[in-house]
Amino acid sequence: MRTFIGIDLGSTTTKAVLMDENEQVLGRGITNSRSNYDTACKVVTQEAAIDARFTLFRREFGDEQGTKQQVEEFLSALERSFRLEQFLEQLADLEQTCIDQIIGDRFAKVGDEVKTALEEVFRRLRLEAPDLFAPNSKRKSDFFRDIAGSRYLAIAEEVARDADLAYELLLNVYDKSIIAVENRPPAGNLSEKFRTALDRVKTEMSNVSGHIQQAVEKALAIELEETYLVGTGYGRVTLPFSKEHIRSEILCHGLGAHMMYPKTRTVLDIGGQDTKGIQVDPKGIVENFQMNDRCAAGCGRYLGYIADEMNMGLHELGPLAMKSGKPARINSTCTVFAGAELRDRLALGEKREDILAGLHRAIILRAMSIISRSGGIADEFTFTGGVAKNEAAVRELKKLVAENYGEVTINIDPDSIYTGALGGAEFARRAGEGRMEGLEA
Amino acid sequence: MNTASRPTPSTDIIKDASMVKQKEMMAAHFERLSNAKENGDKVASTFVPGNLNELLMCFDLVNNLPEVNAIQSGLRRKSGAYVMEAEKAGHSEDVCTYVKSDIGMMAKGNIGPNGRELPSPDVLMLSYTGCFTFMKWFELLREQYKCETIFLQTPYLADGKITPNMVQYMVKQFKEDVIPKLEKVSGVKFDIDRLREYLKKSAKAEDDLVYILQSGKSKPSPIDAYFGGIYYIGPIFGAFRGTDDAIEYYRFLREEVDQRLAAGLGPVTPDGPMGEEKYRLVVEGPPNYTNFRQFWKMFYDEGAVVVASSYTKVGGTYDFGFRHDPDRPLETLAEYCLGVYTNRSLPMRIDMLVNYINEYEADGLLINSIKSCNSFSAGQLLMMREVEKRTGKPAAFVETDLVDPRYFSAANVKNRLESYFQMVDQKRTGSDRGVAA
Repeated sequence: MRTFIGIDLGSTTTKAVLMDENEQVLGRGITNSRSNYDTACKVVTQEAAIDARFTLFRREFGDEQGTKQQVEEFLSALERSFRLEQFLEQLADLEQTCIDQIIGDRFAKVGDEVKTALEEVFRRLRLEAPDLFAPNSKRKSDFFRDIAGSRYLAIAEEVARDADLAYELLLNVYDKSIIAVENRPPAGNLSEKFRTALDRVKTEMSNVSGHIQQAVEKALAIELEETYLVGTGYGRVTLPFSKEHIRSEILCHGLGAHMMYPKTRTVLDIGGQDTKGIQVDPKGIVENFQMNDRCAAGCGRYLGYIADEMNMGLHELGPLAMKSGKPARINSTCTVFAGAELRDRLALGEKREDILAGLHRAIILRAMSIISRSGGIADEFTFTGGVAKNEAAVRELKKLVAENYGEVTINIDPDSIYTGALGGAEFARRAGEGRMEGLEA
Repeated sequence: MNTASRPTPSTDIIKDASMVKQKEMMAAHFERLSNAKENGDKVASTFVPGNLNELLMCFDLVNNLPEVNAIQSGLRRKSGAYVMEAEKAGHSEDVCTYVKSDIGMMAKGNIGPNGRELPSPDVLMLSYTGCFTFMKWFELLREQYKCETIFLQTPYLADGKITPNMVQYMVKQFKEDVIPKLEKVSGVKFDIDRLREYLKKSAKAEDDLVYILQSGKSKPSPIDAYFGGIYYIGPIFGAFRGTDDAIEYYRFLREEVDQRLAAGLGPVTPDGPMGEEKYRLVVEGPPNYTNFRQFWKMFYDEGAVVVASSYTKVGGTYDFGFRHDPDRPLETLAEYCLGVYTNRSLPMRIDMLVNYINEYEADGLLINSIKSCNSFSAGQLLMMREVEKRTGKPAAFVETDLVDPRYFSAANVKNRLESYFQMVDQKRTGSDRGVAA
């Protein structure tokens, strides 16, 4: 099968969309950019390919009524099982890498104890892993570094205490290993991992029919041929892509938003360190744009920083801010001053949720200024990027749009973080069709 | 990468006769400034817009231009430290960075581009043409040097035209205030015939300058009217208008442009002759000087040529017919000041830009908005919308600064420029969803 890939190399996350010849999205993938775009690119391409397999499974199962729920249950179990498989594989890699780090003077006398402790830490990590991927379990993040990291630190502290070993020794080997593991492109054969995952599901679920198994095998047999790839986003120039494989992220976001909502005329994208206001015509062609200058104030990174300062997960900020009834008035969106402002206000006794609500409003105010510079908001208005997932930011945006532009249809796709990659994939698809003249160098 | 389609760039910077000539002129000028006290020369500090070089020469005054000194500091990567020095002295981050570079340079010994100390001025000739900051700048310099300060007020062209009253008002200032004060400072009696001689020479060089700038109408354009244009305007905007040196410089340059026109060649860039011309742009706003080469490269690597720019009109607008006229010496100086780009109203600037896009068959307008230049930047977004509306051509906006290196974000600027070039592509071929063949 001919496929087309769009990769959006953001400053925080890298996203990929895999598309077929009929402009249908087959799969999406996301990973943290980890300052290593090469690896991020490989990981995210594989993630999109994994996701695409699930689409192919669904296509094989067809739309037979009555079996649909059974199929979805099965696929959800398969996915969890597959993710567990991947997690265990990376965990094994991390363990071995950590053990390899037990070298040098500081481990001369305690090497064996550290090794034993590590084995215990990883034994416990493996033991609790299935719970992380159990039905309805909530993970703070989908990235290995975040999931494994927080649990490693917690368990290692216990193990070190019990073994009367310095905790920092276990920290030291972890710190030296995690980046290496994270930057190791995923290994192994995907189909094999799917089969292992399938076997595990079969032991867990009694009703996996032969029909389902055949369909899985049939879908796995479809070869996904990478016909054309387009890269966009912050890290695009660092990749070994030739010029015709690179598109501006502004054009990709414009086109991606148009594909999600064809009536889109104005796009707001708030990413990790860019905020973009884009005006598009009825065909998705960019008419005008404005973006933040060198200062990333008020972008996604700002929220990340606030989350760190408050010792919270990024995804927890929005829900807490939603609890506020009286948002604090914050005008600064400067990331550098945000920490100080936060502490000042906490010291003054303001509630965390009120401060957070104020911070969200400040971000959206800045975005509104950028949009107005790009030409204002026309109906329909599509909000994309990581920050579009944040309900508190969306709430403030809706308020301010209504106040300033009246009634406007606001589109927010749950997959809006993939907008740039989607536009990129469509550019790739067109290029694959030989429709390159407009953008060929 | 990204250069596969371009001819292999030469590692040597190609120097044409005009470039060599300009370099010699600049070096000689800075030497003259450095030796001024020794040689008993009096020095006048003044500004590029509204620069009355011919008049100053009538009094044997050596023309020192603080703006040009700031530009030189920017190009030589010294302005960053100067700007910080000025900020230490209490100047806010938002203040024009030409001013801060100048103030910082003074604080650090006032060393010019030739490595020698620049002289203290004997007179500050404040020819005011629309930039309010100039007044504040010279207030600071007056405080520093305690010298005679002459204020020539140029009425702003709010209604879009020069009226006889405006000219009379300025001539009156020349006669009653400017000339008597210059006589007093210099000890030289004013000779109007000497002024006429200089003005005659100015007009000759101006003819060639206009020819050169208008060569941008050709396809491909033999010049880059923004990055290359900065060099082309140097002599006539600076201390050479009205001199034989300027006449010779522009003659050389015109010959070089003619050669490139005849050969169908594009502009010469710091990396050698430019490759295929893919985008023809009109640029509004001053350039960035701290990353000048890097900024320019973002254009020529993509095949983008600036065919006309407004910045090359800040020291005088000649392409709509104005020439210094020896038969009306004081009136012509007044009209010159009135016509400079910074003294033009927003509607006049819009008209100019629209005219350039149409006449030079440009693909669109690019605005380089300068963070610390309120005088240029105010209204630029409105101008952009209006130009878009009237030409139907796409426009884009980048933000940099004159000489503050902290305000140049290469990745950000490149991102916007590339998006803009691809936007122009999309517009050109804009059938089904924009990229259909």
